[in-house]
Amino acid sequence: MASATTKGKGAGRSVLNAVLFYVFLVIFVLVSVLPLIWVFKMSIVTKGELFATPPTILPHNPTGAEYVQIFSDPRFLHALVNSAIISGVTTVVCLFFGSTAAYAIARLKFRFRTSVMTLILALSFFPQVAIIAPLFIQYSKVGLINTYWAAIISDTAFALPLTVWLLVAFFRELPADLEEAARVDGATTIQAFRKVIVPLAAPGVFTTAILTFIFAWNEYLFANTFLFDESTQPVTVVIPNFATIYTVDYGAQAAAAVVVTVPLVILVLIFQRRIVSGLTAGAVKG
Amino acid sequence: MTTPSGEKKRRGWLKEEFGNPERRAAYYMILPALIIVLVVACYPVLYGIVLSFTDSTVTTFGSFIGLENYVEMFQNPDFLEGLSNTLIYTVVSVALEFVIGLGIALAINQAFRGRGLVRAAILVPWAFPTVISAAMWRLMFQDQVGIIQYVANAIGLISEPILSDRTLLLIAAIVVDTWKTMPFMALLLLAGLQTIPGDVYEAARVDGANVMQRFFRITLPLLKGAILVALLFRTLDAYRAYDLFWVLGNRELQSLSTFVYEGVRISQLQFGQGNAAAVFIFVTAFLIALFFIRVLGMRTSVEE
Repeated sequence: MASATTKGKGAGRSVLNAVLFYVFLVIFVLVSVLPLIWVFKMSIVTKGELFATPPTILPHNPTGAEYVQIFSDPRFLHALVNSAIISGVTTVVCLFFGSTAAYAIARLKFRFRTSVMTLILALSFFPQVAIIAPLFIQYSKVGLINTYWAAIISDTAFALPLTVWLLVAFFRELPADLEEAARVDGATTIQAFRKVIVPLAAPGVFTTAILTFIFAWNEYLFANTFLFDESTQPVTVVIPNFATIYTVDYGAQAAAAVVVTVPLVILVLIFQRRIVSGLTAGAVKG
Repeated sequence: MTTPSGEKKRRGWLKEEFGNPERRAAYYMILPALIIVLVVACYPVLYGIVLSFTDSTVTTFGSFIGLENYVEMFQNPDFLEGLSNTLIYTVVSVALEFVIGLGIALAINQAFRGRGLVRAAILVPWAFPTVISAAMWRLMFQDQVGIIQYVANAIGLISEPILSDRTLLLIAAIVVDTWKTMPFMALLLLAGLQTIPGDVYEAARVDGANVMQRFFRITLPLLKGAILVALLFRTLDAYRAYDLFWVLGNRELQSLSTFVYEGVRISQLQFGQGNAAAVFIFVTAFLIALFFIRVLGMRTSVEE
């Protein structure tokens, strides 16, 4: 279909088509990123300009005052550290257990292979909210409420389907005679996995790590249910609360939102090709 | 029951599964992930179902009260509002995302300059935490400094503050969700489109098929698998929406999930109803998945 429009009938028409195509692309890209740019603008204008009617399009006197304010707020800094700990540990745990499971599913033969894969994948469609009450009771009994572990354990269970799914796709791309060669040299199955497969699949493992990290960084429901003390709450829980802390200080709220998304935007810009290949790895096969 | 040969057969597969070092290694490797999934997801579901038939509280396990929680839940106007909001939100936003996403996927299914930039722009909203995009949009909908509120007032579209009107809030939630996930839907559909070989279209063109015929006879049928996966994924995601409702609506906008959350964390009196609603979400989500798989014929094979 698309090739029909670019080839066109005559030269004039194909130029027009190309122009229309790029106009369309520009609108699409603008709609995607404009909200972020606008909130960034809200974060760097003075308080007077923020409330001006009609609103200014470009900032008149850009200022970093709001950023100074939120970065001198220990609650915000602490939340950033909490987010990094929770998503970092979740990513490591997921990769560790997810990669062994994915290898078994991708390369080894055993009786319940399909059932195990189906069970793990079914979890990605699972409404997490259905289990917050039982988990809350369980975590209370073992004293995990208000600790990082409550978020890490729950996040790990629900990030695992993503991790396993991506790694299975990456492991299957590697040629099968690799482990055979290792086996001939006397390596056990687990040695062959550790010494041969993991290093060779490193780019795929890395992509999986990025996506798992984003998943855990963005998690809100579990953190908002199990953590009710600022000492362990991640940014996703703390920032919405800024609406009540900085009641009319919309500039500070905007600055906080910008700071949290910057690492993600950078990750996406650097690794967009890998992320897209990872995200679409499974979906296409259906 | 077990005949000698049956006994032998059973020992046979046990021996085959655990006698062989490669297969034994496979079980060791799968076990940690499986235990996490069973303990953190499967067991709590069963426990939640038991809870929903009792008058338990967060701290004490109560006695069996039959369907009382469910009856009260269906009489609770908050639950009914959450149910209708969730249904409207799911149907409208998934439909919008699908139609716009498919249009964009068709339009950009070609090689062009700046493809990487477009792809990055697609991923930016997707990579945001939902709560942060909700907080950002809340600032733009805000009635003192919000640009959207200002423009909507200026062109006479609305006169009331968006964030204090529940209907407008629901529309706002649909807008934010479409903005955030439509590009992602386009990306999934684009990946599906790229697996359709170009010569299929050539052949159809030679046979005299026009654009519409090619779309309905070739693109849609060949894209069916990718479409169903994307739709099921997005439908269940929208159906369990909590983050967006809770933050954008500042606890004012009810969904099924916020109802459960309130029962668990906000109102102790609603704990039983919250558990009933949790089971309701689980069962209905399961039915939605079943509908996609059985009625629409989605392929679920995880084998090559």
